[in-house]
Amino acid sequence: MSAIQSPLPGTFYHKPSPEEPPFKAPGDKVAVGDQIGLVEVMKTFIAVNSEVEGTFKGYSVEDATPVTAGAVLAELE
Amino acid sequence: MAIQRLFIANRGEIAVRVVKAAKTLGIHTIQAHSEADTEMLAVKLADEAVCVGPAPSKDSYLNISAILEAAKATNADAIHPGYGFLSESPAFARTVEEAGLIFVGPSADTIERMGDKVAARQAAEAAGVPVVPGSEGRIDVSEALTVAKKIGYPVMIKAAAGGGGRGIRIAKDEAELKTLAPQAKAEAEAAFGDGGLYIERAILSPRHIEVQILGDGENAVHCYERECSLQRRRQKVWEEAGAMCLDDETRESLCTSAVALAKAVNYRGAGTLEYLYDEAANEFYFIEMNTRIQVEHPVTEMVTGVDLVAEMIKVCGGAKLSMTQDEIERTGHAIEVRLCAEDPFMNFMPWPGVVSALKEPSGEGVRFDHFLSEGYQIPPFYDSLLGKVIVHADTREAAIDKLVMALESMEIGGTKTTAPLHLALAADPEVRKGAFHTQWLEPWLEAGNLSATKGDAA
Repeated sequence: MSAIQSPLPGTFYHKPSPEEPPFKAPGDKVAVGDQIGLVEVMKTFIAVNSEVEGTFKGYSVEDATPVTAGAVLAELE
Repeated sequence: MAIQRLFIANRGEIAVRVVKAAKTLGIHTIQAHSEADTEMLAVKLADEAVCVGPAPSKDSYLNISAILEAAKATNADAIHPGYGFLSESPAFARTVEEAGLIFVGPSADTIERMGDKVAARQAAEAAGVPVVPGSEGRIDVSEALTVAKKIGYPVMIKAAAGGGGRGIRIAKDEAELKTLAPQAKAEAEAAFGDGGLYIERAILSPRHIEVQILGDGENAVHCYERECSLQRRRQKVWEEAGAMCLDDETRESLCTSAVALAKAVNYRGAGTLEYLYDEAANEFYFIEMNTRIQVEHPVTEMVTGVDLVAEMIKVCGGAKLSMTQDEIERTGHAIEVRLCAEDPFMNFMPWPGVVSALKEPSGEGVRFDHFLSEGYQIPPFYDSLLGKVIVHADTREAAIDKLVMALESMEIGGTKTTAPLHLALAADPEVRKGAFHTQWLEPWLEAGNLSATKGDAA
């Protein structure tokens, strides 16, 4: 199992926009470089990409929550 | 009735500025803050502080009912909105007025009128202020061709309902307009549910010039102009007072036009009229009015000696303007640079670090407006502006030299800032000559001018 951490402090989002579905759902395959979320930092949106491959287990924090740098955002199996 | 208990509904460096100005006037200060801003400087400086909601702006600094509730609970008699957030929201100003409090700014009606592109343009024309030749209000695709022929190409096509830079297209001739107008209409319909268009002559490579005005609801004065042509992504990065490209006659008619419009709308508070200046033709055109104090107000304060923030608080409390036009003189030249928590060498990536060391720039004619302190964690939830370094000297050349000294003597540890950008700009021959316009900085950055000077910029 591996964890995907936030590269920066900010607000973490599961979805590309409020109307769209989350980037990943439990059971989805995740390849290296796949985007799993967004961190909004100082009004700029930074993509969070997976550095490992695996199967998406779930988000570790709620959508649109403040996170610190290094916080675990999601887990893979 | 003069203001006695001022509630500051903003954050960052402008909150610090307002708290300090209010204190010099003997006013009790109440600072609003979000849950993420309990440690900010304005909270420490104010007489009291009150939490208005969670970190996201929409739940705190943009939450009208939470702010009103907090203002009432702390017995405030006035609210200062700063800039950004709710400062230009007619709904907010109206709610404050209806609650029987003073909104430190113009009336809700004035904010509404000047915030509407078409209404502001009509008000400007009625006051004799030149505007960019364009369509009379909203038009459809077929009318666009007729109007464009009359005003002359190139033309800019905008969504009548739009704001900011969204959906703006430039057509250099009729053939291009025939292609672009239907696209603009479709995009406007999709984005705003309204396919109405607006077209005006495109002023290519204009300079951005603006005039500072002050009004007390009856009388109005100007505090001369600023030039803010160095912009990246439509954000100003470096601002000056005055605008060296203007001759005295043009400056006079520009500033007089601004006062005429301010008087025509019975303006109260501090405001700014923004213009595009076509240097080759020596013509200026009104584009919009900002009905609030602006980030770059200190350059005007440096050259005129007028405390704009204190004056706006006084006139909004019911006082008459404390000065007449002929008492406002300008001396020397001032420059402000915006320090943002961004890495200019990494495409301006935000960098909200912890301030590990802070050595402020100081000296005669040097001012540093900021909200930092050692050990301060810069919150990631808001914009990246940390502060502004402002310098004043006898000449523009001397001001640039002083800016370099100020930036080199300053130290902000633990975070990246845009100071290297300003040092590189100060070293650039075109900037030294003042030979730039609003479309200058982005190509300069794309050409690698910043990374090329990385080694010797400091």
